[in-house]
Amino acid sequence: MRHLIDPLDFTRQETDRLLGLGEKILESPQKYAHRCDGKILGTLFFEPSTRTRLSFESAMLRLGGQVLGFSDAGSSSATKGESVADTIRMVSGYADIAAMRHFKEGAPFVASQYSRIPVINAGDGGHQHPTQTLTDLFTIRRRRGKVDGVTIGLCGDLKFGRTVHSLIKSLVRYENVRFYFISPEELRVPSYILKEVVMPSGHQWEEVRAMEDVMPELDILYMTRVQRERFFNEEDYVRLKDSYILTKDKLRAAKKDLSILHPLPRVNEIAPEVDGDPRAVYFEQARGGVFVRMALILTLLGLEKGILSGEGA
Amino acid sequence: MLNIDSIENGIVIDHITAGRGMRVYDLLELQALDTCVAIIKNARSEKYGKKDIIKIEGVTDIDLDVLGFIDDHATVCIIRDGKLAEKKRPHLPKKLVNIVKCKNPRCITSVENVDQVFYLCDEKAHRYRCRYCEQEYKK
Ligand SMILES: [Zn+2]
Repeated sequence: MRHLIDPLDFTRQETDRLLGLGEKILESPQKYAHRCDGKILGTLFFEPSTRTRLSFESAMLRLGGQVLGFSDAGSSSATKGESVADTIRMVSGYADIAAMRHFKEGAPFVASQYSRIPVINAGDGGHQHPTQTLTDLFTIRRRRGKVDGVTIGLCGDLKFGRTVHSLIKSLVRYENVRFYFISPEELRVPSYILKEVVMPSGHQWEEVRAMEDVMPELDILYMTRVQRERFFNEEDYVRLKDSYILTKDKLRAAKKDLSILHPLPRVNEIAPEVDGDPRAVYFEQARGGVFVRMALILTLLGLEKGILSGEGA
Repeated sequence: MLNIDSIENGIVIDHITAGRGMRVYDLLELQALDTCVAIIKNARSEKYGKKDIIKIEGVTDIDLDVLGFIDDHATVCIIRDGKLAEKKRPHLPKKLVNIVKCKNPRCITSVENVDQVFYLCDEKAHRYRCRYCEQEYKK
């Protein structure tokens, strides 16, 4: 039995096959509408995250399955003071697969150690969010036909942004990737990511302070939130925040086939005037997340063979 | 002055960084042995000035992996029939189980009763990461 706890739990080949399945589902969803008849997804959200939970629930419902679960630990007497290990043992009897979100880092990994059903990490604190990473890759692939050869600018909070770290770790497994890390000094990519992940990969990379510097070169612009609480003082925040807001004006220098991604929710880092631009694909990205999760549920339930290694087609 | 000649069969852990002898004793769980164990603190060392030494009588098969993590200066001498049979430098264990605790307050190990597991992420720099939250262990 396989789980998805870390985006790198799947090899690049497995990931590619999974994304390919996601595309097949997107193209003809009716073919998959009853593939999970009689199956139940448990959504164990110890911390509320409406978007992610709805995406998982939509995925399971579109497959003909059903969902049960809770949306925050406070409202669930079943989980009060109960260990993660006990919760998953119990849910193993109620559901066929589980998506777990938890405020503690590593909680879904603990669950996977005790579970009798596949566990999907739906976000564990500031640590990992592998279905977001798969969704990002899916969007890049949909837009370009492949991930290889992409020039990507990651913009905003590159220090604390877990989606950015996971995406970098996944992207280095592809060929000829060029990274531009666009952030204020205070929110640079952590040095361990550069030293342990980016440098050994041999891919080209550069740190820049302004998105305008690299805009014409980008195939993908991955925007993230710059949060006020990440700064030591209000002055720094006010001084810096505008530099990391995407506007129509800044887009003027960009390629025609640029894709703008954002893990959502956004606050103000993408001006609403950009939403109408065909290059703004963040809502399409969120929609793609449902197909990715459908593919993932089918794969982990063993209903779609040939995705994971060692299963045979 | 004690020396290894006084052991017929056993292990001498020499060149332990001064002050770490008791930690090594604890982590190797030597209190569980009923044979003779000697800890020598602050012995004179030509190399380091001071050192700790642990001598264990009658046992030659202790799991010494953890030693590499605590003190990679240490040397391990296996004594058989009063002679030095083997001399080894401890190597860094790939995995540490219940040796150190994760200090990340957001880590699940801070609330859930599970093994504390760390894995070696950088052999050269002796760096370990928590298996759960991936935070690096800082001594
Ligand atoms: Zn930890």
